Amino acid sequence: MSVVALTPDYEKHIEFRDLESNFHGNRVVYLHWEQHLSFCSAIAFPLPPSMPFGAFVEAIVKPHYNAHPDFEKIDWAQVVWMIDDEKRTPEMEKSLDENGVKHKSLVRFWTPGLSGYKGSAS
Amino acid sequence: MSQLASLTLYHNDEARPIIEAIIADNPGVRVLNMPGAVKLDCEGSLVVKRASVEERLGRTWDPQEIHLVIISMAGHLDEDDDQFSVSWKH
Amino acid sequence: MTAKKLGLKQRYAHMTRGLDWETSYQPMDKVFPYDTFEGIKIKDWSAWEDPFRLTMDAYWKFQAEKERKLYAVIDAFAQNNGQTGVTDGRYANVLKLFLTGISPEEYQAHRGFAYAGRHLRGVGPRVAAQMQSLDELRHIQTQIHTISHYNKYFDGLAEFPHMHDRVWYLSVPKSFFDDARSAGPFEFMIAIGFAFEYVLTNLLFVPFMSGAAYNGDMSTVTFGFSAQSDESRHMTLGIEVIKFLLEQHPDNLPIVQKWVDKWFWRGHRVLGLVAMMMDYMLPKPVMSWKEAWEIYFTEAGGALFQDLARYGLRPPKYADIATAEAEHISHQNWAIFYQYTHAAAFHTWLPDAKHMDWLSEKYPNTFDKYYRPRFEMWGQMAKEGKRFYNMALPQLCQTCQIPMGYTEPGDPTTICFRKTQFRGETYHFCSDGCKDIFEAEPEKFAQAWLPVHQIFQGNCGGATIPDVLNYYRMNVGADNMDYVGSPDEKLWNEWQADKIRTAV
Repeated sequence: MSVVALTPDYEKHIEFRDLESNFHGNRVVYLHWEQHLSFCSAIAFPLPPSMPFGAFVEAIVKPHYNAHPDFEKIDWAQVVWMIDDEKRTPEMEKSLDENGVKHKSLVRFWTPGLSGYKGSAS
Repeated sequence: MSQLASLTLYHNDEARPIIEAIIADNPGVRVLNMPGAVKLDCEGSLVVKRASVEERLGRTWDPQEIHLVIISMAGHLDEDDDQFSVSWKH
Repeated sequence: MTAKKLGLKQRYAHMTRGLDWETSYQPMDKVFPYDTFEGIKIKDWSAWEDPFRLTMDAYWKFQAEKERKLYAVIDAFAQNNGQTGVTDGRYANVLKLFLTGISPEEYQAHRGFAYAGRHLRGVGPRVAAQMQSLDELRHIQTQIHTISHYNKYFDGLAEFPHMHDRVWYLSVPKSFFDDARSAGPFEFMIAIGFAFEYVLTNLLFVPFMSGAAYNGDMSTVTFGFSAQSDESRHMTLGIEVIKFLLEQHPDNLPIVQKWVDKWFWRGHRVLGLVAMMMDYMLPKPVMSWKEAWEIYFTEAGGALFQDLARYGLRPPKYADIATAEAEHISHQNWAIFYQYTHAAAFHTWLPDAKHMDWLSEKYPNTFDKYYRPRFEMWGQMAKEGKRFYNMALPQLCQTCQIPMGYTEPGDPTTICFRKTQFRGETYHFCSDGCKDIFEAEPEKFAQAWLPVHQIFQGNCGGATIPDVLNYYRMNVGADNMDYVGSPDEKLWNEWQADKIRTAV
């Protein structure tokens, strides 16, 4: 045990607050559009692991980023995806889980040619 | 490297004799005026002498009265009946 | 013949020493059960020195005098309707953030010092911790009294204790103090007494309060400086604690160093809120956050750590990163609140052209390149009727609980993502500083109450934004959203119109 605690059995009483089992069948997925820091940070969603990646793109990714003027210029076929630390090409009809999106995974994407308002990464 | 001892005081009538005494007794003191406050910095150490304050105030002054007008400080403090000082010297 | 008056040093010795005793019914270790488990070794408690030599009788005398002066100002401010004379109605929003995010921490500090005062077995530190505990209680009381006058007119203030325990961004200062208060008494003293009070609170109470004065708020500057006059004593206690621990035993050095590293970084993150208040929320800015950082951390902290080097203590880890972040942090934080204005209990706005020019001047390396375009884009969108909001919840840092909006050191165009594993779970962090803190005590930080995850788990009133705002007791349409169009703005404009009518 790394923490210096008053009680020797501290470890027995840890309340892990964010276990996947606490999210009622969902898992937490983080999403971030690179080079577009108008969106101040990655955004978080509770999603069913069985959700197809394609549905995730349509129902989650697009509606939450469409306020940005670059949004309409996105060529979705060119988008570069990274799930956790790995660049990959997601299989759209397969589920988040099958595409390697686990509890608290981070999905980042790059839109080649688009780097924010006047190229400022905003 | 520079090591500034520092006192920040209210910028009001009550503190003015103390500010004046500090400026007189600490050659090279740097004065930074801010709205409502004044920061006095001096290399190594800064002293407030009871006698100098009393001379300007026209009454007796207990160095502990500085509690009423002090805002901030930097340095090790030493206080007795005749003076109040902050210093990085040992 | 009258007895010779005692000198200050003798009087202090008489009034503070010999107040305690060795217990006989119970062993001392049972009476003071908390002051050994952290591994700190004390050989001689009597070596403690309080250089202010303030005895309890003098303490009451000076504190009473400070209170008299403060309440005279508060009364005068209220009688003269001082609230109508501040620079702009926007100014009230710094008080909202102060009362919801900072004042409750004064209370937490009061509780923390009461705990340290009870559990340290040396009489010197106990007396000093007891005085500081009383000071902190005085601070929250004077802050509530002062700001209650604004509560008669402005929104966002009425539910401050309720909000403090629930609202997403207020979990940042709350968890900071919860962390300190759930530590042992020595860590608490280093965390709050040294790292926070000595190294960092100047940044809050000196330039920010000077800003209150500059914006016409006589009541706030007075409570601020009145609190800070206690703070000088607290700073002395903080520096005394660290010297005392380092002089008592060489084994204390690595423990103290670890705490200094941890609490410097945690404090730096919390104070990012103040950075934003100084750079964006004061209608008439007085000093930029970067300038304040240079004076109070680089210069004052530099002198301090140069002095402490004789004990082998080095400056806090990542101090260089924090200094580099001083170019960015206020802009990044204001951008967070601007896009989440619907979920914040204070108003936001875009800096106007004059204010942006001031920011360009103060931040020549970063503002025009990275942040001006962001605000100009949002300004353009607002003009077109498409005011920019972020309609999803942000990813939070597991340690500081701030939305993960900070960028890579050296690359302001890329978010800094850090993560670690603990018992099969992934944890995310905004910085190496926050990651290190977690990894040193994962058992503690795995239990963090992260507002976003709590909302997803259904613990915050419901699944929709209105449900959550209701749980926060936010008065939607009055407490939140932009200043322009708010009831605050309407009231402020009426006061201004009245003044013009009266003048004519």
